[in-house]
Amino acid sequence: MEAGALSNPVLRARRNLTDRIGDPLLRGLSGLAAALAVVVIAGIVYEVIHLAWPAIQQFGAGFVTTNDWNPVTKRFGAAPFLYGTVVTSFIALLFAAPISIAISIYLTELAPRRIMRPVATLIDMLAAIPTVILGLWGILVLGPFMRDTIEPALHSVLGFIPIFDGDPSAFGYLTAAVILTIMITPIITSVTREVFETVPDDLKEASYALGATRWEMVRQVVLPYSRSGMVGATILGLGRAIGEAIAVAQVIGGASLINASLFHTGGTLAAQIASQFQNSAGLQKASLAYLGVILLIFAVIVNVIARVIVQRGKIEDFQVTETEAAAL
Amino acid sequence: MSANQHSLLLDRGNLKRRNRFNKAVEITSTTAAVLAVVVLVIVVGSVFLKGVSALSWHFLTTPTALFGESGGGISNAIVGSAIMVAIAAVMAIPIGVLVAIYTTEFAPPSIAHPVRFVLDILNGVPTIITGIFVYGLIVVPQGHQSAFAASLALAIIMLPIVARTAQEVLTLVPGTLKEAAHALGIAQWRTTLRITIPTAAGGLITGSLLAVARVAGETAPLIFLSSIFGQGMLTAPGEALASIPIFIFRSSESPSSTAHTEAWAAALVLIAFVLALNIVARAFYARSRKRMGA
Repeated sequence: MEAGALSNPVLRARRNLTDRIGDPLLRGLSGLAAALAVVVIAGIVYEVIHLAWPAIQQFGAGFVTTNDWNPVTKRFGAAPFLYGTVVTSFIALLFAAPISIAISIYLTELAPRRIMRPVATLIDMLAAIPTVILGLWGILVLGPFMRDTIEPALHSVLGFIPIFDGDPSAFGYLTAAVILTIMITPIITSVTREVFETVPDDLKEASYALGATRWEMVRQVVLPYSRSGMVGATILGLGRAIGEAIAVAQVIGGASLINASLFHTGGTLAAQIASQFQNSAGLQKASLAYLGVILLIFAVIVNVIARVIVQRGKIEDFQVTETEAAAL
Repeated sequence: MSANQHSLLLDRGNLKRRNRFNKAVEITSTTAAVLAVVVLVIVVGSVFLKGVSALSWHFLTTPTALFGESGGGISNAIVGSAIMVAIAAVMAIPIGVLVAIYTTEFAPPSIAHPVRFVLDILNGVPTIITGIFVYGLIVVPQGHQSAFAASLALAIIMLPIVARTAQEVLTLVPGTLKEAAHALGIAQWRTTLRITIPTAAGGLITGSLLAVARVAGETAPLIFLSSIFGQGMLTAPGEALASIPIFIFRSSESPSSTAHTEAWAAALVLIAFVLALNIVARAFYARSRKRMGA
């Protein structure tokens, strides 16, 4: 309708000067801002690869599998940090995904409304805590607790498995994984809760009418209906876990070799960059940027997958908003 | 037959097993929710209990002490953080809202969707990578760190948060309002600035406050963009400035228990600020939804 007004030359000529300037100006400015977002992404990719270039030339693809990080011999590899990233993120997901889904079931199906709102808000608040504070708490509260209570218990029961072998310590893969769990649980919960809330009531009522218990209704209606949303939320959480630098750097201990024991100190891609980038130079700095390249590839892949899955689950919603937009 | 049907309704056999399983799942779910709240209480509680003893007027109004000396405070870190976050907000909020205006008011879906996708990817870039980017962009050519470099990194982190939340509230603005404006012959840009934006203002403020809360505690990029700073109260954005996150990070890595206490106190200041911003943001959001009838 607005396009019609513009295409009419008489109307266009009668529009005053500010409107003739204002429209294209706002369109142009806002378009420029959108273009800027694209430029920033491209700039990030270029700049990180640029800084990593000496290390990429020096080590090539073998960097990924080299289990060494030695500033003296100038031999650097990503393997210990890839291992640490994968292990800590995997354990964090292993805890966080089921806990988040359980919380979401509680909030959408069990909790009375006057409890649901405040609890949901409190869990969102947990997501707002700066990670450096989680790390501080990890160093001074969680770490000692892991060393004195959790890890000895795990060791005495499951010590025959190599990952639970070794001396308990305050800092290491397991402590980092627990911190990451605390960090990503509220993030996953807020998405799964929203997805659960979109399950149509008539489907739920149909299930109850067939005599299903609450859990059977959840299993047969809510979970299948929300599957893509849950997977997307989990992968989104994974993205946050692999990218977290500060809290992990504070509690993982900073070792740069692979160690089978989860109690042992280690490192992750992001944490290694956080703890060494400032005080390094030359090839070591380039190698840290190379770790950044790998981390960036990881993060982009994970986020693309998550968005595609979440969007596929929401396609119907999107069509609605687009029809509305077209109607304007 | 009738006896058999009757027995189906009694809590035995198969139904008993199903009800028990149901109960177990309900208890597990409730426990998970309680656990999450308990963790929040423990984390915030530790920060409060351990921080409140070191918190004093002196601590808030005195710059950090020289290395090895005690009795310093965090006034320089508070001011430094405020300057960096303010510059970042001034850069990111207008641009983020403009991006949202473009995708919701001007761009066809074939452009709006890729832009949204790019924003989501940008939101997923680890903040430490954003730090490396700005390091290469500004710190390397200039040869020194600066609060401005840190602000730019924080702005890049804020941008997708502001833009995405702004997109969501702008699409919530009732189409009838815009149609009414169009019907009166009001130009698109006036409609956007005078009708759409004021209607969505509460939601836009929410997104901006959440973005500010998020970057106020952001530490990773500051480690190599604004971590080598001079003593005392500094305010020039062209040089590196102290910040609360860096203060907490440094003190947490220190072996001294005095430093730990100071870290808790600084954490209490930061957490109070972040949670307060979140609460205010939520209030604005609730008001704005009510206003738009959503």
